[in-house]
Amino acid sequence: MNVEKQRIKKRKMGKTGYNFTFGLVLTVIMIGLIVLGFFWTPYDTEAMQGSIKLNAPSLAHIFGTDQFGRDVFSRVLAGAGSTFLVAAGTILIGGGIGIIVGSVTGYFGGWLDETLMRINDAVAAFPSVLLALVIITVWGTGKYKVMLALGVAFIPSFARIVRGEFMRCREADYVTSAKLIGVSTPRILFVHILPNILPALLSALTIGFNNAVLAEAGMSYLGIGVQPPDASLGRMLSESQTYLAGGPWCAVFPGLFLVLIVLGAGMLGEGILDRFGGGRS
Amino acid sequence: MAEKVLELKHVNAFYKEGKQKKQVLEDISFTLYEGEIAGLVGESGSGKSTLCKCVLGLLKEYEGEITHYTKRPQMVFQDPFGSLNPKKTIGWILEEPLKVQGGYSKEERRKRAEKMLVQVHLPKEFYRRYPGELSGGQRQRVSIALALITGTKFILADEPLSALDVTVQAQMIELLKELQKKEKICYLFVSHDLDVVSMLCSRVLFLKDRKVEEYADI
Repeated sequence: MNVEKQRIKKRKMGKTGYNFTFGLVLTVIMIGLIVLGFFWTPYDTEAMQGSIKLNAPSLAHIFGTDQFGRDVFSRVLAGAGSTFLVAAGTILIGGGIGIIVGSVTGYFGGWLDETLMRINDAVAAFPSVLLALVIITVWGTGKYKVMLALGVAFIPSFARIVRGEFMRCREADYVTSAKLIGVSTPRILFVHILPNILPALLSALTIGFNNAVLAEAGMSYLGIGVQPPDASLGRMLSESQTYLAGGPWCAVFPGLFLVLIVLGAGMLGEGILDRFGGGRS
Repeated sequence: MAEKVLELKHVNAFYKEGKQKKQVLEDISFTLYEGEIAGLVGESGSGKSTLCKCVLGLLKEYEGEITHYTKRPQMVFQDPFGSLNPKKTIGWILEEPLKVQGGYSKEERRKRAEKMLVQVHLPKEFYRRYPGELSGGQRQRVSIALALITGTKFILADEPLSALDVTVQAQMIELLKELQKKEKICYLFVSHDLDVVSMLCSRVLFLKDRKVEEYADI
């Protein structure tokens, strides 16, 4: 029994146990800062002050000030919130629907697969930002509509990945075995097969998260994403391009936040797989 | 007279190739009884796999009658590395049939699963292991335990020994025989290896060109 316990402990720690710890710590810190940004920022995020335009980081403004004299730290806190929300919402909508569509088409095949995948192809044929643009034009702008529009635009990529993985797994002996036992089809799909495609799915979700952040930035840049004077990291990045020489801190700190959010999420994803993914093949 | 486990009457099976129907099984009839080990032998393309699929209920397009007198047949697969879900513990895998049947508490499920492990001569501690942490022979034992825990008396074994080395094969044969005697399990044993078949089976079904060529006692 003792040996068995050691084996389980060893399995949990693994050789890449640091991913989990580091990712978790980083994500908790970032989410903590984002939550903080919802309730409190050192300065008003929209208050402009002509006298302190493009000031370098100092004790009063630790991330410096932008071209309108707004406190960059305050705006980064608030902006990270909208960016995180939009990206997370996009992944939730796109990933959720994508998994359902992909698993059903991949597992059953046949006419259902043909029909759904042709619709999927049609949606995928539009560049995702362009598609989101169309949706925004129809529904109007706003944080939540951007989320919805990007979510819909992200469905095809997830559906395709999940479909391929399900096609690979549906012929596996353990699926046949589950069928013989009499396990219901939804349970086979989401309890038996889904855990086996997690590695591919999780990396797709991480990449999707990055893409969602970038897409949100791009849309904000075009003026159809998060509306000014609201802050978003993408918007801050695009606005600060012009002042890169005079005030690099305007670009560096939002960029740094973006990187840390994505890094934390990625490492946490890896770590969860290592730790709780269980058996290795 | 032992109880019947499986009865096939005049089974024909076809595959559709475009508009043409291609016959894969022709007029197959046989009966299996409790506690019997029957071999199924035949060259590649003789229809062995199709017959297995029909018996398991995985292929629905056949003519004739297939009657089961026990719970749904279970299968032990050829490849011990693909037949157990790599992401689930042995305990979880073994408890799945009980969850499907319903009516067992968590504690009861665990006890039954551990009892099954002991019955196939594996340590109870394997309950918490993943399939990746077991050898091929151990996994085949888990497969057998999984079949038994459903309560079936009929197991279809598709070359269950061919992926194992000789000493492990011998141990597996011992186990299969033991379960046959103790639990009155009936096996349909698909194999290429006539030595194993003669060691294990009391009757052999020779399949050739879609038909049963010979149905002989050993």
